[in-house]
Amino acid sequence: MTNELSLTPSRRRVLQGIMGTGALTATGFFPGFAHAQSAAPIRLGFQLHRTGIGASYGRWYERTATAALARINAAGGISGRPVEIQFEDDGTDPARGAEVFGKLATEAGCDLVFGALFSHVVIGTAPRAAELKVPYLVCSEGHHVASGMLNRWTMQPGITDVKSQVQAMAPFVTANLGKKVTMVFPDFAFGHDHRDYFTAAVAAQGGEVIAQIAIPPTETSFTRYFPQIPAETEVLYHVMVGPAVLTFVKEIGEFYGTGAKPQLFGFMDSLEAVDIASPGLEFLEGSHFWEAHPRYKQADASAAETAYRAAVGVDDNGASVTDATDIATYSHMFSVWETLSVIKAGMEASGYQGPDDRAKFIEAVEAMTAFDEGEDHPQGAKTFNGKTHQAFGIQNISKVEGGKLTVVHKTAIEDGMYPDEVDYTTQAL
Amino acid sequence: MDFGPFLLLALMEGTVTAAVLALTAVGLSLTFGIMRVVNVAHGEFFMLGAVLAWFVTHWMAGPPWLAFSVALLVCPLIVASVAVLADLLVLKRLNYQPEATIVATIGLLYILQQAALSFFGPDARPVAAPFSFRVQLPWFGYSGYKLCVVLAALAVLALVWLLISRTKIGLVMRATQIDRDMARAFGVNVDNVYAGVFGLGAALAAVAAVLVVPIQQAHYLMGGDPLLLSFIVVIIGGLGSLRGTLVAAVLIGLSDGVISTFFAPTLAKIIATLLVALVLVFRPQGLFGKAAA
Repeated sequence: MTNELSLTPSRRRVLQGIMGTGALTATGFFPGFAHAQSAAPIRLGFQLHRTGIGASYGRWYERTATAALARINAAGGISGRPVEIQFEDDGTDPARGAEVFGKLATEAGCDLVFGALFSHVVIGTAPRAAELKVPYLVCSEGHHVASGMLNRWTMQPGITDVKSQVQAMAPFVTANLGKKVTMVFPDFAFGHDHRDYFTAAVAAQGGEVIAQIAIPPTETSFTRYFPQIPAETEVLYHVMVGPAVLTFVKEIGEFYGTGAKPQLFGFMDSLEAVDIASPGLEFLEGSHFWEAHPRYKQADASAAETAYRAAVGVDDNGASVTDATDIATYSHMFSVWETLSVIKAGMEASGYQGPDDRAKFIEAVEAMTAFDEGEDHPQGAKTFNGKTHQAFGIQNISKVEGGKLTVVHKTAIEDGMYPDEVDYTTQAL
Repeated sequence: MDFGPFLLLALMEGTVTAAVLALTAVGLSLTFGIMRVVNVAHGEFFMLGAVLAWFVTHWMAGPPWLAFSVALLVCPLIVASVAVLADLLVLKRLNYQPEATIVATIGLLYILQQAALSFFGPDARPVAAPFSFRVQLPWFGYSGYKLCVVLAALAVLALVWLLISRTKIGLVMRATQIDRDMARAFGVNVDNVYAGVFGLGAALAAVAAVLVVPIQQAHYLMGGDPLLLSFIVVIIGGLGSLRGTLVAAVLIGLSDGVISTFFAPTLAKIIATLLVALVLVFRPQGLFGKAAA
């Protein structure tokens, strides 16, 4: 007992220690972070899915961000200051996402953080952004930004949200493919957006979703889910994410085999980073996919799209120019490029000098209303809603023809508009 | 889908799961039964087999069946060597103390997983099946390769059974299992037996992985599920009992197939875990295990 007690410091010693530390802090022994000089580089943090279930996206998001950064620095940086990006791996994990955000915002002293895609990571990280009052620009597609679930520090200026995407495309599906739809989707926030908003959008068109099949995003085997698809299904709507997407589409093919099958309408997510020419995917011929940004270079591609494709190192078939088997996540990665364009515009419009101006940056982006198609926005023109912090753009529906995707329908921006569900500008900064 | 075909598909899926699971779990059961080592890194040996299969098939020219056959022979051997090395360098030096070996194999788990992440990368990569034909039933199609996985797994299990019950190696293994000190007194080199058993257990996991990788793709995080399911099977079957392991693998595999097809895969895992809890409460030695002395 005596030994244990002697290990405990006496009250006097503890008090001495506390007073000593206080004195050191008061006399400025620990210097605070020096304020950035106006010519110092702007540091942007990037929350990167380098490992975990989002790894194939992460690889291409890093390449896209690096290419966009090179372009911006070559053109003089932001407000004449050079720009740096610090990439941190979040393991596609919400808990690590919030930690990485904290590290980038405080330890690394980044002016803002951007780049996250997976909705569970975004939802897990956003509260930290509001706590630290650091702008968080996500490239996530989820409806959680515009729904009001997040906060004033979180914005999505680079990609249309799922609610808008599915609302814009539902009329094509019910008019051309069928009215009785079965949905297969990943069982987390992103998939639930599909479930809720596509079901509503189909009903608004006089169609009906007759079955909803949720699959965990970490699943590796899918055949056992398919018997739940009702026989009277006219359209199978599939969207899947995670490392096993190739297995997922292959097993759909095996399941239907050469027998009768419904029309297939997939979200490109089911095929991102996967070669359509993979053995076992022949059955996809004639099926339709949503694409935000067409993987195969289309005949009417704009000059800006051509320049972007070259800058990020993707060939006309959507693969890396150095490795034809390395297929890009082309339908999503433009959002990183376009978000960086918005960051530049927002910082320059707000006269951003350093971390003290973070709130001014948010207000400057909220004041934006439209982005023109061009080198800053190669995917196409967009409108931006400053109240809901969400961008709205055009969507493409492509058909697999001869093993390639050809755009057969483009939606208008108005097709994807819906009434505001939140006004973030009323929240305090 | 009608009830009949629905059930047929569920049973087919369950049989494939059971076959692969049996191979993996028998490996785990051997190391526990003979060495009394709870090998937490068993799932990573499985993953290693799949990842190596990707390397072999990726770098080898020639038809897919040839590359796959080479992978099926070479990968288990490499994985077995890694396991033997781990046994000699780590487990043996810990004198196979149960607590120490659990911690050591947890360390091994992380080393193997991070090594795969460093050298193989974070992506899931497909391995081409040695042949691809679809069995077209009137109600649904099914991968012919999956059915062959079942046959291959049965063949390997038969070989393991022959090895253990009909050869001198098996006799020495069984003697070591029953009484290590007595076996040593009779001149059995127990160290070699342990190293061999640890290698054999890992090799079985690797065989299962090579067989399954054309269905599932290779990924550095794929070792988690096989580890959990193998533990479930080994605990239900009775630690160290091969017969129990096989029966439990069939039970868990089929129920997994049927429950996950008719209801949900998550429910299947819940029920399997519940079953483990019940076995531990009412029959701690497992269905076929001998009661502790």
